[in-house]
Amino acid sequence: MKKVYFDNAATTQTDKDVAATVLEYMTNTFGNPGSVHAFGREARKAVDIAREQVAKLIGAQSSEIFFTSGGTESDNISLKGVAYANRNRGKHIITSAIEHHAVLEPCEALKKEGFDLTILPVDEFGRVSVETLKAAIRPDTILISVMFANNEVGTMQPIAEIGAIARERGIYFHTDAVQAVGNWPIDVKAMNIDLLTMSGHKFHAPKGIGALYVRKGVRIRSLQQGGGQERHMRPGTENVPGIVGLGMAAEKSLAEMPEKIDRIQKLRDRLLAGIMENVPEIKLNGHPTLRLPGNVNVSVIYIEGESLLLNLDMKGIAASSGSACTSGSLDPSHVLLAMGLDHATAHGSLRLSLSKMNTDEDVDYFLAEFPAIVARLRSMSPLYATRGSQAAQRCESASCKESECEIRGS
Amino acid sequence: MYTEKVMDHFSNPRNVGELKDADGVGEVGNAKCGDIMKIFLKVENGIIEDVKFQTFGCGAAIATSSMVTEMVKGKTLEDALRISNEAVAEALDGLPPVKMHCSNLAADAVHAAIKDYIAKHPA
Repeated sequence: MKKVYFDNAATTQTDKDVAATVLEYMTNTFGNPGSVHAFGREARKAVDIAREQVAKLIGAQSSEIFFTSGGTESDNISLKGVAYANRNRGKHIITSAIEHHAVLEPCEALKKEGFDLTILPVDEFGRVSVETLKAAIRPDTILISVMFANNEVGTMQPIAEIGAIARERGIYFHTDAVQAVGNWPIDVKAMNIDLLTMSGHKFHAPKGIGALYVRKGVRIRSLQQGGGQERHMRPGTENVPGIVGLGMAAEKSLAEMPEKIDRIQKLRDRLLAGIMENVPEIKLNGHPTLRLPGNVNVSVIYIEGESLLLNLDMKGIAASSGSACTSGSLDPSHVLLAMGLDHATAHGSLRLSLSKMNTDEDVDYFLAEFPAIVARLRSMSPLYATRGSQAAQRCESASCKESECEIRGS
Repeated sequence: MYTEKVMDHFSNPRNVGELKDADGVGEVGNAKCGDIMKIFLKVENGIIEDVKFQTFGCGAAIATSSMVTEMVKGKTLEDALRISNEAVAEALDGLPPVKMHCSNLAADAVHAAIKDYIAKHPA
């Protein structure tokens, strides 16, 4: 059976050259960069080169790059590190409703510690409004954290505008750019970004390696103490194989970027157009144009996401959904709800995320299999059977109380 | 995550559809929670002669719906009322713990259909 991997926003396949280099730095060149001897010096040199490669990808200085274990750690260091170090200047933090949990959860934790938190709403496309942001800024605002591009719907935020506002007001600006780095051009200087989170496995480096960009001069405190590696920002013996892999993936991504974006976007557009043409009653989630090149997110009305994923999986197709069953909670995706989708539509969401590894054959295969799967599930759905009637709108009515799911879940 | 039996009933669900001349119809769940199960019954002399279902929901919701239709077909209304959600899950060799709460409502849907039948056909 053919296998199609359309879940690149979850993780990507490690690039073969990157994997070979990682192996080299686990076996032959295995020294600790902190050691004085030749083994250590060779590892140190490799880490230095990787730092330059990563810096170049986002227009930073290599001294502004700190290696971490990935997106979650970089987000935590950014938010808590800046909050703790700037407590004397203010206690107000601004973020958005569609952030990844790796941003929202640390923000909520800071709130419990006494910081004030403003969570900006988004429009129907998942975009933060610059005007709303301006209105939310207070004299004691110390940090704004808005993601570069959303992991579920791919919507890109007005990063340069937010950066300009933050810089003008002397507020630090962090962006979780996990989905964008390596897949979209980023220039931290031109965009006035003070802190940026990236994760290697979203652009063909291994899992467990990421980086944090901290602009020179930003007041930040490290969250752990140890041997002083990464200039005390992130102590712990360097993950040399991962770091070297990240560096190489960064260099390759930068070299491939324009051609890659063009190719992936064409595949994505054909995929989306094919879905819209061949299956009725599909809703596009996210912005029609301001979205990551590889992202498709649609709601397949009248059916539930997990059963859709299982059916696709039976045909060898890997995708994801924002339904409750796949979010691990009783509620569907907080991103889709923040964009104003009703629960039933959010439960029926399907995300297809492409990478440079995908081909025209993948798109053809998906489009050949998808309509029959949807038709079969719809033929089983009571929502489809009663579509257009009052019953189909049942969830909007008073009979569908917020508490009903809670009771069943308790 | 799902047992073979769940996947079997999910991929080849039994008794899917609608009974136009149903004697009793039951529906449980709601779209907000992500599960709706609708059961149609044909009853003769106190016995469930035919049963069909329509389900909006996850793999567990579809599999339990399919399984419950097999379990109650040919049974008396009394026996069908004794079948619990837990028994349906057990017949499928179990469900993931998180699904026991949210998507295991098929027996409730049958019970609702039986109650509908009784209300429409007072003895």
